[in-house]
Amino acid sequence: MKEKLVVIGAGMASGRMLEHLFEAGDDRFDVTLYGAEPRGNYNRIMLSPVLAGEKSYSQIVTHDADWYAAHEVACRLGETVTKIDRKARRVHSAGGETPYDRLVIATGSAPFIIPVTGRDLPGVTAFRDLDDVERMIVAAGRKNAAAVVIGGGLLGLEAAAALRLRGMEVVVLHLMDHLMERQLDPAAGYLLQKELEGRGIRIHCKAQTKAILGDSRAEAVLLDDGTVYPADIVVMAVGIRPEVRIATDAGLYIQRGITVDDGMVTSDPAILAIGECAEHNNTCYGLVAPLYDMARVAAKTLVGEVAVFRPVETATQLKVTGVSLYSAGDFADAPDREEIILRDAGAGIYKRLVLKENRILGAVLYGETSDGAWFFEMLKTGADISTMRDTLIFGQALQGAASSDPLAAVAALADDAEICGCNGVCKGRIVAAIAEKGLASLDDVRAHTKASASCGSCTGLVEKLLRLSLGDSYNPTAMQPICACTDLGHDEVRRLIRAKGLKTIPAVMQELEWKTSCGCAKCRPALNYYLVCDWPGEYVDDYQSRFVNERVHANIQKDGTYSVVPRMWGGVTSASELRAIADVVDKFAIPTVKVTGGQRIDMLGVKKEDLPAVWADLGKAGFVSGHAYAKGLRTVKTCVGSDWCRFGTQDSTGFGIRIEKFMWGSWTPAKVKMAVSGCPRNCAEATCKDVGVICVESGYEIHFAGAAGLDIKGTEVLGQAKTEDEALEIIAALVQMYREQARYLERIYKWAKRIGIDEIKRQITDDAKRRSYFDRFVFSQKFAQFDPWSERVSGKDKHEFRPIAVAEFTAAAE
Amino acid sequence: MEWLDIGSINDIPRRGARCVNTLQGRIGVFRTYDDRILAIEDHCPHKGGPLSQGIVHGAAVTCPLHNWTISLETGEALGADEGSVETVRVRVENGRIALALSGSLRAAE
Repeated sequence: MKEKLVVIGAGMASGRMLEHLFEAGDDRFDVTLYGAEPRGNYNRIMLSPVLAGEKSYSQIVTHDADWYAAHEVACRLGETVTKIDRKARRVHSAGGETPYDRLVIATGSAPFIIPVTGRDLPGVTAFRDLDDVERMIVAAGRKNAAAVVIGGGLLGLEAAAALRLRGMEVVVLHLMDHLMERQLDPAAGYLLQKELEGRGIRIHCKAQTKAILGDSRAEAVLLDDGTVYPADIVVMAVGIRPEVRIATDAGLYIQRGITVDDGMVTSDPAILAIGECAEHNNTCYGLVAPLYDMARVAAKTLVGEVAVFRPVETATQLKVTGVSLYSAGDFADAPDREEIILRDAGAGIYKRLVLKENRILGAVLYGETSDGAWFFEMLKTGADISTMRDTLIFGQALQGAASSDPLAAVAALADDAEICGCNGVCKGRIVAAIAEKGLASLDDVRAHTKASASCGSCTGLVEKLLRLSLGDSYNPTAMQPICACTDLGHDEVRRLIRAKGLKTIPAVMQELEWKTSCGCAKCRPALNYYLVCDWPGEYVDDYQSRFVNERVHANIQKDGTYSVVPRMWGGVTSASELRAIADVVDKFAIPTVKVTGGQRIDMLGVKKEDLPAVWADLGKAGFVSGHAYAKGLRTVKTCVGSDWCRFGTQDSTGFGIRIEKFMWGSWTPAKVKMAVSGCPRNCAEATCKDVGVICVESGYEIHFAGAAGLDIKGTEVLGQAKTEDEALEIIAALVQMYREQARYLERIYKWAKRIGIDEIKRQITDDAKRRSYFDRFVFSQKFAQFDPWSERVSGKDKHEFRPIAVAEFTAAAE
Repeated sequence: MEWLDIGSINDIPRRGARCVNTLQGRIGVFRTYDDRILAIEDHCPHKGGPLSQGIVHGAAVTCPLHNWTISLETGEALGADEGSVETVRVRVENGRIALALSGSLRAAE
């Protein structure tokens, strides 16, 4: 008499196991197969092409009714097993009881549904089986239908791309900083996001879903930040968990999945488990290769042969037509690693290899993945790559290719990319002028096209275009790159950020072919500033790219403590403010209190852990951050002016306060200090400031580009204004021009020297130009005037202010 | 030597650091761009600056006081500067970080 084999689950693993069993020609078993879905076995990996309409269901079936019939498998499809009676060796289902000698559990996994209100509404679906796919296809058939996909991993992105192909408006919500963070590093995540956005898919990273809205069915998704996306269908693709309920009830040993040994046998020798529901060596698997391997091992175990499951490294590929993306191996948790990076901005290529001791540990390829298998083979075999290390990244075919080309980023620019912002000249016009008019020098280009003829910040780019057009015969003047991570200088990077519309640090590094994966302490703060300045309201400040002072909103001191300077508008204070400061100094035992040169009070020696509490107390008294730590507006020093002084001509104190209240919070390339003096006696010392105002009987004389630090320099006169309003417009326009043009850490006087006092005067006295600088400053202030102290007091970035752990006692020192 | 569990990998921002106070002094625990966790003495060999407050780039950190750059892997100063700090062994399992504490770290002053 034959043995009775019962298989629970008609998925890919169980199908493959039965194939192996029958191929071996062993007919010792009567097989009964239970499956929850009322259909045969299909290739679940191909659900995305079905959803996209690129394949039909019949094309992805692997085992149909005929196949099962031919192998005399009794199919109970659409019938759920409700209980396993291990004592009696029977499984229970709606159709009765079935005895077994050997039982294989292959129940797979269940989608993880995030616990938010509205998750049970019709219109919310997972993406696991054909029923889900059909639900989505129906929704896509509606007019102007919108889909929200929660989860920016493999599955979610495949669903999003497929729904977009069906004509839906698609938004992907992803909790983490970048897409597919388990397989990709931020640079490749950026390229993928750009590609998908180019297809009309909206991507929202760092998105925390709060609720799914709707009365009788899902209508919209609400995020924690208040954003609402309309949705006819909501696809949950945030992850899976092993489906182990039936095994749990049967009392089998379970950890995350059903624990199995090397032969796929569970804690009950009569029962095996394979596929996504099984856990081997503390690992559950979700990719197909190891699951197929489990199927092979289980088939052998069933017929009494010895077989051992040994998981192998698996590579990941995204199945979205037209996207080439390959990732394999390990990127985490080991010291002594090195990396090799290749970026090609023009072709949208990014390749990164992670090496340890001359062996490949991990590979991420984007845009060009033909060498994926080759890298993966070396990764699996642990091949020593030391002999081909220099050319490894170029792949198998291209051993010995050229090194990076400093002109490549400029060559890759589109013809309509703007090179000269002052005069609105694009690349195509410059290149055409060089060719048609036979131009051979920078001055020629300036004369014929006006490019680089004003502020000059695009000079480096124009020179690179000359070099590209004329070859080695053109020798550009030496240009200092920002740092060793790039061949480009500050001015070129600034122009290219605008010309190419680059809005994140990974985008800049990819498109401008950075030579390191994440920059250095020199270029990252500069890039962060340029992006903050150029894309107000769009760019999300990268705190990890800011110097510690700007990250914790206080000034680090030589012993690692901090100093705290609250804002005292125009240097004016009151008894209650002074009392609050005195109380804070007492309460936190602050060792030094000092009056600063900018007319305010500095508390020195505050412990980092105390900062939020110090700010909380100061905040109660009405103080906000003085930004004494910032590359931004510091102080506006004033004298008492016409209110008290017998010589005062205007209300210099009031105007200073007005300037400070108008301009505080703005980030600038380097610190900006201002002053307003009420008469030419100049008690506020306005003529050595970045921007100074001297009040006179007829109005306001506006000065700029002074210095009283490393260099000493009196200011230049920018112009006169009759009213405070006019003066404020001139000052804000000047600061905005400086914000847009200067190099990071370049003070106003150095910037002015570089591009010329006259050029600045010319632009600021031009009514239209001044007005547009002013308007851009006002717009950017909408996103800048937030008091960072009160934000931190309310809990933002609290990790910054305390140790992650304190070791109460450790191994003694002796 | 003993392993001290200090928290989860998610407690440290990418390209950032946290510190751990121990009897032997402060340890900076760093998370790189590609999610490696590395730990060194939180005490710059130059003038004792708190390295955990610096900017993290690649597998290195730049001290906030005078811009020395220290390798997180070897503890050596990079570039023209000379000096080194102790490295601390790190173990990451299931997203939890543990440090190997011995008695060899310089005492906190």
